Formats: sequence, structure tokens, C-alpha cells
Amino acid sequence: MIHAIIDYIQSYLGSDKTPGAAGNIFWMVVYILLVFVGLSVAVIAMNWLERKILAHMQVRLGPMRVGPHGLLQPIADALKLLLKEDIMPAEADKVVFWIAPFIVVLAAFTVFVVVPFGPTHAITDMNIGILFMLGVSSLSVLGIVTAGWASNSHYPLIGALRSSAQMVSYEVAMGLAVVSVILMTSLNDQGVGTLSMIGIVQAQQAQGMWFIFKFFPLGLIGFFIFAIAMVAETNRAPFDLPEAESELTAGFHTEYSGFRWSLFFLAEYSAMIAVSSIAVTLWLGGWLRPFPNLLTGPNWDLIFSLFPGATFVFLGALCFYNAARMPKHPLFRIQTIGLAGFGVVLALIGLVLFAPPVRERIGDIFWFSAKVAAFMYLYIWYRGTFPRYRFDQLMKVGWKVLLPTGLVLLILTATTAFAAPSVQEWLKRVL
Amino acid sequence: MTDPNTLSPLDLETPDKTFLDANELVINMGPQHPATHGVLRVILRLDGEKVLGLECVIGYLHRGVEKIAENRTYAMFNPYVDRMDYVAAVSNGLGYCEAVEKLLSVEAPPRAQYIRVILTELNRIASHQLWLGTHALDIGAITPLFYTFRDREEILKIFEKYCGARLTTHAFRIGGLQYEAYDGFEKDVKNFVSFVKPKIDEYEELLTTNRIWLERTKNVGVISGKDAIALGVTGPVLRASGVKWDIRKAQPYANYKNFEFEIPTGLNGDTYDRYMVRMIEMRQSLRIIEQAVVGIPEGPIMAKVPKVIKPPVGEVYHSIEAPKGELGYFVVSDGSTQPYRLRVRPPSFVNLQALDIMCRGQLVADVIAVIGTLDIVLGEVDR
Repeated sequence: MIHAIIDYIQSYLGSDKTPGAAGNIFWMVVYILLVFVGLSVAVIAMNWLERKILAHMQVRLGPMRVGPHGLLQPIADALKLLLKEDIMPAEADKVVFWIAPFIVVLAAFTVFVVVPFGPTHAITDMNIGILFMLGVSSLSVLGIVTAGWASNSHYPLIGALRSSAQMVSYEVAMGLAVVSVILMTSLNDQGVGTLSMIGIVQAQQAQGMWFIFKFFPLGLIGFFIFAIAMVAETNRAPFDLPEAESELTAGFHTEYSGFRWSLFFLAEYSAMIAVSSIAVTLWLGGWLRPFPNLLTGPNWDLIFSLFPGATFVFLGALCFYNAARMPKHPLFRIQTIGLAGFGVVLALIGLVLFAPPVRERIGDIFWFSAKVAAFMYLYIWYRGTFPRYRFDQLMKVGWKVLLPTGLVLLILTATTAFAAPSVQEWLKRVL
Repeated sequence: MTDPNTLSPLDLETPDKTFLDANELVINMGPQHPATHGVLRVILRLDGEKVLGLECVIGYLHRGVEKIAENRTYAMFNPYVDRMDYVAAVSNGLGYCEAVEKLLSVEAPPRAQYIRVILTELNRIASHQLWLGTHALDIGAITPLFYTFRDREEILKIFEKYCGARLTTHAFRIGGLQYEAYDGFEKDVKNFVSFVKPKIDEYEELLTTNRIWLERTKNVGVISGKDAIALGVTGPVLRASGVKWDIRKAQPYANYKNFEFEIPTGLNGDTYDRYMVRMIEMRQSLRIIEQAVVGIPEGPIMAKVPKVIKPPVGEVYHSIEAPKGELGYFVVSDGSTQPYRLRVRPPSFVNLQALDIMCRGQLVADVIAVIGTLDIVLGEVDR
């Protein structure tokens, strides 16, 4: 019996498929747990980073009190939210009010089933992966609409109406940009494209080019359309109308507080990570390291495989540097030790990542996360820079700018993809 | 543009119950709302997101300042005026002191006049900075707020050094100044001028040519010069509609006639023009300060004013150009130590009347932008 189980567990090792595709339930569960934990940690880290980065953009310090440089602030916030009184408006539709945040969270988390962190590092690989992602992530609008409606209050209702209109209209442009990428994946010998997330990255690998540079500037335009639409899709500045603080107090979640509100928060940030991972997968080569085709050879492989460890060691060094800069006062003793300890942990992680067996396996996940992190930074940057669009202007951008651009892009991509091989052949014959 | 005199009042009492009017939504914005600048309550009648009309409900910050004046001596009432427009307390003090001085037929000595102008113009910059930060925040740009507050701090530091208070300064006395300028006052002011000039460029860099900012402010909350005059609107809001009316030039008070400065005017009377007018005004204020700070004469800071102020029987109206518009004081004296009646003409209160006409036909988001661009302070509206 035990042998059978061990055999079952071991049977997956060495497989070149994702656990889902290989049908191994044990590893599937392990991966799900890993993704869940990783995502939660990422949301917590993102919370801290957003506040700090935004604060530094705005000539202030951000959280500084809870833990060294406010490192424990997200934990304190989470505790506060969990301990808050659970308020439900008397006139609210209780069941719908209760269920709405769960729909949003469910939608935001479920999409990670197909996010490929590496060629085998995904929970499962679906042949309709990208469709699944777009479909499930757009379910969150249902949660937002029900939240706004169930609150039985004017501001949440307007917020919910805005968000449903906004998310639906930007999904169209988003879809068109995605389709142009799907067309690009079909440029192989069989002429068959793929919708699988892993397949899309492998297509970029096979064609030796990230799709953002493909058919320059068509890939770039598609990427921009998606990059704009994804900000609107996740209700972030400058498209944060559904929760426009200055107009609708807090939009659809005005009546929510405590734990329920924190679910919306969690969902918003995981949705941001989800759409960023779509963008990374489709245009930026997913888990591929930079220049996989130009800088080849074992030496370059070695140099790039040192990046994950170097990053963590650098972060650890940053912690040490800041610990050394802490005020030399007994009151700051614990904070200084804590920051130095955090630095030690980061540096140790970095050292572990330098070890050959680890660094060969961790590269994919590192590059994928690094690219997603760049998008996260962009989100914060937008928030610090842009005013908010008005609702009609938002619709104008969606329907009159992004949608026609997306349509033209699709036609041009299709034409180029269709004509490219014959033009190449013709050129070969002529020259 | 509709004639403001013929605007139909909002018929809020009789909601239509027909099916066709089901789209109409009456919502209550404020008094607890992040973007109504304090405790303004606006009742909006919406068709979807389009504003059909609105009504302002004020009085949540009413403290009876005018009535208090009747029970205080002239000198005792002086600090109360700081609590009206608390972001431009110095201007309020200047208006009140000059009104009573007019009643007493005394004039502040030249040194006091110069320092009054410097402090008032500094306060105008501080008020405009606060307006810019909150206005941009209302439109969704969160960063300018922190920049303007950082720089406003330098002005407040000068106030603090001068009189000990930062916000409600009570800087002036009837007949002159409360305090002699501290050592290094001129140097501080000069340093501030050179410090803040590039900072104003910094704010403009974030907003003036920002596409989203342009879309949010151009042709939003338009009011024609004619309507503005009809409604009694004054200050930057009036000037943005193309009316060149600034009391500093039109009816010079203090010693503004000694200084050179321009009055910026707009063309369209929209939110963007009001933004630009205020940005230019900040630079013009700096220009006045630069001229004033090098010319501060020596001499006394107080005119000969009796200890117990007993103005002769009579009445006087004196108005100044506060950062928000015409701030007027109408003081009636019955010959006793207390005003018989004191009436304040607050710019915010009068400008707020224009909110309805500026918002009709616009969207909810524009109401927020227009409230921000009117630059109201509820302490002054309600008094």
C-alpha cells in the first residue's frame, strides 16, 4: 500500500508534463498549495511595496512604525481586518452580500490554475488555457456587480454599474490583442496555433522571439492594447472608476468592512498578478530568460542562472545597509536586529539559490516572477502619476481607440502572418 | 447658457413615480464625503450619471461668527475672522483690520503695509497650493497633494516664526501689525521665493500637459463671464471666465498700487482655465513678494490707535481680494466698543451659488471637479 503511494508520487518525477496534464493528483495538490501560499505572500509583499514605493514617489516615508521600515505593517493590517466587527447593512440582501466577495476571490485565484511558471511548473496545462484565463478572470465582474447591488445603497450601485460596463468593454479590446498573439503562435511548420499557455511560450521559444517584438511594431501595439486594457480590467488607476474614492467614496465595496473587505483587497491584487502573468506569458516570453536565442551557450546559461541568487543576496545586503543606518538608540535595538535578521534570511535564500541543483530548477520561476514584478511596479507608477479618467472618457478610450486599433491590428497580423512565408520565398528567389 | 435668474429650482419633494422616470436618481453627496471639502452637502438629481440639477445644503459648520462680532469689542473679534477661511487666515485678518481702520480713519504705517502685503501674498500661495493639492486629488491624481503640502510647509514655517501660529495666524492688529518682523524675515522670504519657483514648475509638469488632466478639466464646469457677474462670482473663477476684475488693481487697498503684477484671465471659463489662472497667480504673488521684500521701509509698525477702539457712528464696506475672491466686511458702528452689526461677504459662499449652473448636464465626476475648482472653504461658507 505504502509502496504503491510512494510509487505514485515518484512516478511524476522526471515527467515533462505539468501535474495536471500528467494526471498526478498528489503533485497537483502540492502545486496548488504552493501557488496559493506564493500568491498570498506576493499579495502581502505587494501591499507593503505599493505603500513604500508610492510613499517615496510622494516625498514621504510610508509605514515606518510596525517593524523595521514597516515590514510587519501588512501583517498588522491583516490582523486588524480579521478582528474588526463584521458589519452587514440592515437593508442588504444578506445572502448575496455574503457571497459576492467569495465570487471575486474565487475568480481571481482560479485563473492561476493555468499560469505557467515554467515548462512543467504549472498546476495544469489546458489546451484552451488562455480562453480559460480570460473567461474565469472576467467572472469577477459578477462578484462586483452583486456586491454593489446587494449593498442596497446608491454609491455601491453606481460603482457596480460602472465596473460592469468598464470590464465588459475592455475585455473586447483585450481579446483582440490576445487573438493576434494566437495567430503568431501558428507560424510553425504545421501552421497550427495553440491556446495553451505553455504552448504559447514554447512557440516564442521555437520562433526565437518574444511576441512583443514579432512583426515589429504589430506585437508591440498588441502588447500596449493589452497593457492598457488590463489596467482597466483590474480597476486600477487611472481607470479606478468603480472605486473612485473622491466620487463614490469607495465604489462597490463602500458597505464592506473587515474580513469581507480584505477579500476584495486580496482579489484585486491577485487579479493584478493574474493579468500581468497573461501579459508576460503572451508577449514577454513567460519563463524564458532574456535573450534565450542570442546569448546562448553554457557560459551565458551559467551567468543567467546566477541571477536569482544574486537578487536575493542583493536584497539581503540592502537590509544590512539599512540596518547599519538605523539610529543608534536602545529603542531601535530590536528593529535593527530584526532588519539584520531579515537580511540574513534573504541572503541565506540567495546562497541556497546559488547551489547548482537549485539554480538549474529555479530559473524559470525567477524570470517569470521578475517580469510580473515589473508589471506590478508599473501599476504603482501609474497610480502615483495619473489623474482618473471620467466614465465617458473611459468608454471612449475603450470603444473608439482600443477596439478599432485592436481590429486593425488583428487584420494586419493575419495578413502579415499569411503573407510572410511567401514573401520570404519570393525574396529568396529574387535575390 | 441658461440665464441663472431663470433656473428652475430642483423639485425634490415630488418624485415622479412613472416608469419613464425610473432612471432618475436622487443621491445625497455629503456632508460626510471625501470630496466635498468639509461638510458641504449636495443633493444631486441624476439621470444615470448625468446631473440634471443639484442643490447645496450648507450650515453644518455654522458658528454664528457675525453674531459673535456684536458681542465682542473690535479687537477681541479680530481672531475670530481667522476661523472663517482658515486656509487663508491672513487675508481675512487683513480685510477686517482694514475695514475697522477705514471706520476709524487711520492708516497703517508703511512698514506695516509692506509686511502685510508679503504675508497676505504668502498666504495666497499657501491657499492656492492647498487648493491645487485637493483639486488634483479629487480628480484622482494623488501625488500633487504631497508636493504642495511639502512646499506649503515652508510658508507655514515663516508664519510660525513671525507670530507663533501656523494656520489661524492673527497676524495683524487694527492699525498695524501684531509683531515686528523677526530677525531674518526678509532672508526667509527671499529663500522661500527662490525655493518655490521650481516647485511650481514641478506641479505644472505633473498636470498642465497631462492628457488625462486635460480631458478631465477642459470644457468642464463652464461658466460665461456674463453668468459669473450675474451670480456675483469673484476671484479666480471670475477671471478664468475672461473678466479682468481684481480688487488689488480695481480698488487698490494696502499698498498694492506700488507693485507691478499682472492679472491673469482665462478664455473659456472652464476648469482648466481656472487651474491655469491660479497657477499664474501663484507666480504673480511671488513677483509681488519679490518687490515688497526688498522695499520694506524702517519705521513704526502701529498707527496711533486708542487702546479702547470706539469708532465714530457710521458704516463702512471694505473688500479685499482674498485668494478665493472678493472678501468684504460691512461694519456698522453705533459709537460703542462693539460693532452694531458686522456682515461678511465671503467669496466661497457666493461662488458656491454657481455650482448648480456649472454642473447641469455634466457627469457626477465633474461635480467633484467643479467643487474642487470653485475652491470653497466651508468655514467661510457657513461662518
